[in-house]
Amino acid sequence: MGKKHKSISYAKWGYLFILPFFVVYAVCTLVPLFSTFFYSFFEYRTTQSLDVIGPNFIGLENYIEMFSPDSTGTIYVFQYTFNTLLMWLMGAIPQILFALVLALIFTGIRLRIKGQAFFKTVIYMPNLIMASAFAMLFCTLFSNVGPVNQLYQMFTGATAPFEFLRDVWSTRTIIAFINFLMWFGNTTILLMAGIMGIDQSLFEASSIDGATSKQTFFKITLPLLAPIIIYVVITALIGGLQMFDVPQIMIKGSGGLVEEGCQTLVMQLNRYIGVTNNYGEAGTLSVYIFVVTAILSVIVFKVTNPGSGKKKAKKGGK
Amino acid sequence: MAKLKNLDQPAKVKNYSDFQNEKGATSLLIARIASYVFLAFVTIMCLFSFYLLIINSTRSNAGLQQGFSLLPREYFLQNFASAMASSTYYMPRGLLNSLIVAASTSIVTVYFSAMTAYGLFAYDFKGRKLADKFILLVMMIPTQVSTVGFVTYVRQLRLVDTYWPLIIPAIAAPATYFYMKQYIEGALPLEVVEAARVDGSNEFRTFNTICLPMLKPALAVQMIFAFVASWNNFFTPALILDKAEYYTTPIMISLLKSELTSQAGDLGKVYMSIFVSIVPVIIVYIFLSKFIIKGVTLGSVKG
Repeated sequence: MGKKHKSISYAKWGYLFILPFFVVYAVCTLVPLFSTFFYSFFEYRTTQSLDVIGPNFIGLENYIEMFSPDSTGTIYVFQYTFNTLLMWLMGAIPQILFALVLALIFTGIRLRIKGQAFFKTVIYMPNLIMASAFAMLFCTLFSNVGPVNQLYQMFTGATAPFEFLRDVWSTRTIIAFINFLMWFGNTTILLMAGIMGIDQSLFEASSIDGATSKQTFFKITLPLLAPIIIYVVITALIGGLQMFDVPQIMIKGSGGLVEEGCQTLVMQLNRYIGVTNNYGEAGTLSVYIFVVTAILSVIVFKVTNPGSGKKKAKKGGK
Repeated sequence: MAKLKNLDQPAKVKNYSDFQNEKGATSLLIARIASYVFLAFVTIMCLFSFYLLIINSTRSNAGLQQGFSLLPREYFLQNFASAMASSTYYMPRGLLNSLIVAASTSIVTVYFSAMTAYGLFAYDFKGRKLADKFILLVMMIPTQVSTVGFVTYVRQLRLVDTYWPLIIPAIAAPATYFYMKQYIEGALPLEVVEAARVDGSNEFRTFNTICLPMLKPALAVQMIFAFVASWNNFFTPALILDKAEYYTTPIMISLLKSELTSQAGDLGKVYMSIFVSIVPVIIVYIFLSKFIIKGVTLGSVKG
């Protein structure tokens, strides 16, 4: 078919091939995205007696409600943003540092590390583990009757267990640690690919010119790795803002201070949608998450890539 | 000494670094030892919790309550039986449900992503560049942001407690598309498509029988990632699956918490339930790890 007018008749196949993607994306993501934004201006919820209220248009009331302090003066949405970003940072900083060190170790030509395949396999493994099962495992290990407490009591002679999961900072640390453990292997692999993409002759030239390995790292490796580090930080940030599985499992039923100190944005979203069926406020919170993600991505990009035009960017890097 | 001799031979650039090796032999040795120590530390950090998981899944509840141990015991089968027993969280059902969802999701994701990538690669049409840019742009939007609208639709259409709302959206997977597009650009010469055309093959058939097989490595890698992502997904399933019989594994796992806090809780059962949801993945991973690690690099970083 279409032998006479090749270029014209084949175009329709292009549309046909990409049609399923765009139809499904429109129906399952784009339309819901708009209705999410739409609901954010409405009162739309289910009461405790299961009566559905709304949707009634209430303008910006949900937004005003979201940004107004409660009786204790806390603006919850800021508290949750703070929790999310804090726990993300606590995990992301060691994640990127460990990944950088490991990537340098693996790619160091002079080091010639043996058993690389084994180490790479091990560090990437936590990334594939079900986050909720991972969190549950740590919950069990750190519970009052768990092995960590047994060791704690054995060494300190304490008679009462230390309630790790009833303490805000220990819970935050455990959550951040799980996130770190799950992602540093992935980051390592990405950075390694970045380092191996750098023109080897640059390293050789610097070595001939007598550069120390410190100079080589700061003057060659790091600047040329910048585009990939930006990519890693932005994707980690977007992932971090979506933090849900791990803290949800960790603090489920903890209540009180721990909940206030570890509740993340998406956990609150889950509560609005799944528990209180408050679609209006859920919509408002979604808009907030959307905006925060966009702003933070731009900031990260600007901070890590000042004057992006001038720098000799790696080919293909933004 | 042998290395120094090399210097007299026709210069290869490598020799300069070898020369430095000699100069900084001690510092290199120190660096090497430090590297191995660090790697050992990281390895222990990664494996220790899984080691405890495996050990503890072989111990009885009484033993687990009593004290810490690094040695396995003989209660593995007993724990397995109680973890698999019918209760509020019926693990075998959860595992089966997860398997159904993850298998269908990964097939759908990979097939349609490849199709979209192929469509944008092999054909020239109006809006082609725009379509590509659009997908890259929406890749940055967190999926949870559209959940409110999505869940209200699912409820209005009475699709709660079905797996359609989990499987259908997987047809549009921007990240998988991105990977496929990059792979196709490198691995699929347009001449192949044209040759098939000359032979009178229908475009759709060309894609299915000629192009898809050529993309096998990329398809396999992305299938693994899509499978794992779906298998581990907790957020959306928890919002659209109400009845316990439809729960997927992560939801079942989240219910284990009550077992931890209650006096009558069986710790052996808790460890075993976590064991069955984690260890099969680890075993599969050990066989496929080389492949997977290669796949991570291929997709996420340009050239």
